[in-house]
Amino acid sequence: MTDMISTKNEAYAPALLDGPTQLIPGELAEPTKKKLGLYFWICAGWILLIILLAVFANLLPLPKPDFQNYAAPQNGAPGWGHILGTDDLNRDILSRLIFGARVSLIVGFGGALIGMILGGIPAMYSAYRRGRVDTTLNTISYAVLAFPALVALIAIGEFWGHQLWKITLVIGVFSAPLIYRVVRASTLSYAARDFVMAAKALGASDRRILGRELLPNIMPTIISFGLIAVATIIVLEGTLAFLGLSVPPPTPSWGNMLNEGAALLSGGKGQTNPWLVIFPAAAMFSLLFTLNVVADKLRAYFDVTEVKL
Amino acid sequence: MTRLPEPTVQTAPLLAVDDLRVSFATPQGELRAVQGVSLTLERGKTLGIVGESGSGKTVLSRAIMGLLPQNGVTQTGSVRYQGQEILNAPNKELRRLWGTQIAMVFQDPMTSLNPVQRIGHQITETLKLHLKLGRDEAKETALSLLMQVGIPSPVERYDAYPNQLSGGMRQRVIIAIALACAPRLLMADEPTTGLDVTVQAQILDLLSTLQRDREMGMVLVTHDLGVVATRTDEIIVMYAGNVVERAPTSVLFSQMSMPYTEALLRSIPRIGNPSHTRLQAIEGRPPNLISPPTGCPFAPRCPYAQDKCHREKPPLVEGAVPGHSYACWFPLSTQSAVAAAGAGAGGESA
Repeated sequence: MTDMISTKNEAYAPALLDGPTQLIPGELAEPTKKKLGLYFWICAGWILLIILLAVFANLLPLPKPDFQNYAAPQNGAPGWGHILGTDDLNRDILSRLIFGARVSLIVGFGGALIGMILGGIPAMYSAYRRGRVDTTLNTISYAVLAFPALVALIAIGEFWGHQLWKITLVIGVFSAPLIYRVVRASTLSYAARDFVMAAKALGASDRRILGRELLPNIMPTIISFGLIAVATIIVLEGTLAFLGLSVPPPTPSWGNMLNEGAALLSGGKGQTNPWLVIFPAAAMFSLLFTLNVVADKLRAYFDVTEVKL
Repeated sequence: MTRLPEPTVQTAPLLAVDDLRVSFATPQGELRAVQGVSLTLERGKTLGIVGESGSGKTVLSRAIMGLLPQNGVTQTGSVRYQGQEILNAPNKELRRLWGTQIAMVFQDPMTSLNPVQRIGHQITETLKLHLKLGRDEAKETALSLLMQVGIPSPVERYDAYPNQLSGGMRQRVIIAIALACAPRLLMADEPTTGLDVTVQAQILDLLSTLQRDREMGMVLVTHDLGVVATRTDEIIVMYAGNVVERAPTSVLFSQMSMPYTEALLRSIPRIGNPSHTRLQAIEGRPPNLISPPTGCPFAPRCPYAQDKCHREKPPLVEGAVPGHSYACWFPLSTQSAVAAAGAGAGGESA
């Protein structure tokens, strides 16, 4: 048997040393390049457009969102002068939509970011360390999850106020346990792999392992789930605003525009103006839809399991 | 004047393990995975640890490295690296040894590389961390390492991701990473199990060559006696967490004493056998390590087992040849004589 092994070496090694594994230089076994596709870029472009408009809203040739233009007709239909028409207080709907996007975007991205920091970092740590830390954090996350977020948001808003940063912070805190669950699950599936132990055996510190070994692996999950979280949070803020419990008027937000418009759908105050509902609803729908598409496409793009085939 | 006999770096062996015991707390009870293993490894030597799945070889190698989790694991005994006790040392202390003094090659090349980092990055990271090399220096060193482990066109491979390489190629990269900081002790835990047979020989030869060139001590863990036959100086055979036979490699193959070692050897298919020869398997399964049987752990599966084997656990004793020890009441060399006597004894006790 000893002979068998050694003969094999001598007989095969020279021929095989570079044989089966060698590739012609420049012809690296490249996996078929994945493409994000036109659909993705249209959706991403739309999100980017909304973000840019919201950021540079002050520089746009628009009337102030709370400017009441008595020269224009009340509840004016879309047309020249006021592209998307005016509301019952003679304010420009387009301007209000664009300024209203700020609220949605700040709460959405800000809340998701806070959730990522409060939920994601402990999640990685507890999935890597396990043990008592993990048990404790799991219990906390379940406890917070068990509490209906909307009720908590309404109650805290009543006590604390409805400023934008407060709403963002509270929503961020309540989204943390959900993000914790997802990030923890994702980290767990990598924390047990050999490369983590290999890194440890090469003298890498825990922080290095978390940041350099695990984080890049769960990044696809973080990005795609993060975008879904943004969309969910925007809906949550819209719900609060619709109930009149988000940023107080006259600051426009899509939710409170819907709230005001809903009254005018069926002739409240003796007036009818469907545009006041149609435009903010369409804006919110398009943003949420594109966010979900982008998240899904990114997830597929980063999915390594397909590359393996 | 008295001087404490302090082991210095020069005199102490590279690795000395003494009565190492490892047990895991499980819901069913204490699982004793390693039950008192002692071994020494000198600089530049290779030690083979052989045993079937579940014999405790991986746990042993991880315990030596200090890589077992801290929760629910009890480790007693002693593991000294160059005279320094490292068993149960805090990670902070071990980190100074890991990578630069002791390195490890893992079993599965498919999972022991980070899938989302380029090969080059994974090698240079260690170099930058331990040797404080700059970017260009690290890259140069990494390329020369890739060359040393026999990777063709290393410049292209440097920017490749692990999934773009074959299994054998990945294992070469893993070896390059392990050797990056010139460790003095290399633990290779079944380094070829995940590879196909032709590549296995290449990787093992590569390891042996590098080990000789760098005068490293190497512990080669495997389930295949054939793998260690030509590449080790000493072999330890493990069964159910115990060392059952230990001998210099040549002695082991010429004077095999423990029936388990013989059984392991028999279970390797031989190329000289006629076609359709039935492969000899070891009957039964390894014992439960939570409530091991009294007596010799191999007795239930041993074709030569006698009453005494089931009653009393044989100690590891040194045989006629120095350095050769085995844990068996009726070692193979005396088997023919004992078989006759044993039949008579068995009849008497019944």
